[in-house]
Amino acid sequence: MTDDRQLRVSKIENGTVIDHIAGGQALNVLAILGIDGTAGEVVSIGMNVPSDRLGRKDVVKVENRELSQSELDVLSLIAPAATVNIIRDYDVVDKHLVERPDHVTGILQCPNHNCITTEEEPVDSRFEVLDDGVRCEYCDTIIRENLAAHILV
Amino acid sequence: MRQDHIISAKQLSRADIETVLDRASDIASDPGAYADRHPNALLGLLFFEPSTRTKMSFSAAIKRLGGDIVDMGPVEYSSVKKGESLADTVRVVEGYADALVLRHPSEGSAKMATEHVDVPLINGGDGAGQHPTQTLLDLYTIRENAGLDDLTIGIMGDLKYGRTVHSLAYALTNFDTRQHFVSPDSLKLPRNVRYDLHEAGSSIKEHTELDDILPSLDVLYVTRIQRERFPDESEYREVAGQYQIDAGTLEAAKDDLTVMHPLPRVDEIAYDVDETSHANYFQQAHNAVPVRMALLDMLLGGDQ
Repeated sequence: MTDDRQLRVSKIENGTVIDHIAGGQALNVLAILGIDGTAGEVVSIGMNVPSDRLGRKDVVKVENRELSQSELDVLSLIAPAATVNIIRDYDVVDKHLVERPDHVTGILQCPNHNCITTEEEPVDSRFEVLDDGVRCEYCDTIIRENLAAHILV
Repeated sequence: MRQDHIISAKQLSRADIETVLDRASDIASDPGAYADRHPNALLGLLFFEPSTRTKMSFSAAIKRLGGDIVDMGPVEYSSVKKGESLADTVRVVEGYADALVLRHPSEGSAKMATEHVDVPLINGGDGAGQHPTQTLLDLYTIRENAGLDDLTIGIMGDLKYGRTVHSLAYALTNFDTRQHFVSPDSLKLPRNVRYDLHEAGSSIKEHTELDDILPSLDVLYVTRIQRERFPDESEYREVAGQYQIDAGTLEAAKDDLTVMHPLPRVDEIAYDVDETSHANYFQQAHNAVPVRMALLDMLLGGDQ
């Protein structure tokens, strides 16, 4: 048990730890951040870790990379309770909650197959963030359920 | 009104609408006064879908202002056939014209096109999205017949894919209106339109039967139930038959009910309605010219 716990919470020297992600959403968090390992980042994922606050939570650690505020903001779409810790030399130097942005660009695919953003045109998808979902700024389609299914990867 | 592009009825305020309609009234009462208003203006027509009324009325409007058109022509004879993107097409044609009208089968196409051009661009219909200039001529027709406030309007037919319905519903939120939507369950208003109407605080009710509300209506706006939306022909026939009106149907209506249709009709309005005082759909189509003249006049700098 002690070994397991040490493995889960082992510290990283530099990078970002995203904590309090809803259980099962860690891979979607990586997808929404465009992190797939091809850039050589060392990524550690804890899934369905026991949590007092969430019951079950996921944790993602990305070594040697500090995520930008805009990257963190889009996290709010699928991980509104997430906390983000920036780590330098094994210490937490910055800790904050994600914030919901007004818009997200190039992150989600519009589910309307007749939307111009799904065609071979030089245009990024762009969504307005609503209180309870997102809305395509081109065709007005509203997505309320299962946002993660619409992440562009 | 100072707008660079006309993309959605959502962007039109009550003041914007009234300014266009007032200008259209001036034009209709004295068209000759506007005959040389824009003698060198060229309007670019980019129609990626078939159109009779929208295309011809824009052509007539610019010519009656003294200008002319440059027309992309049918898609099959254009560079689109070679695989050119819409973004490139509009960028090229803006160099030939002072304003553009775009009709395209994809929702959001007009908005995307505005990101690539500096000349005014008018959405002439984008898929199941919006058709704001149709709405302006619809409102002009409604104002002529029933006024625009303290109005009970029924909108019937294909409410899901009907772009003229979406634009009209948005625009009517600027006025004191009660909107009743009549359709089969499968063709009810899309979620995004219902969301906007709710946000605007609009009074709307949805029905499956016209009989429920016909006697209370000042205006009945009928749209075509599109056969191509149904996977099964018999399913279409069953539904379409429920949303046809004839002169007999209208005996239950107010004497001054105005019946409108953005046309083309197929069989949703029987020909015997044409002979009644309710029929206003041909006048509605004719109103396209003064209304589009007014809009073009303003977009091309007629206020300066």
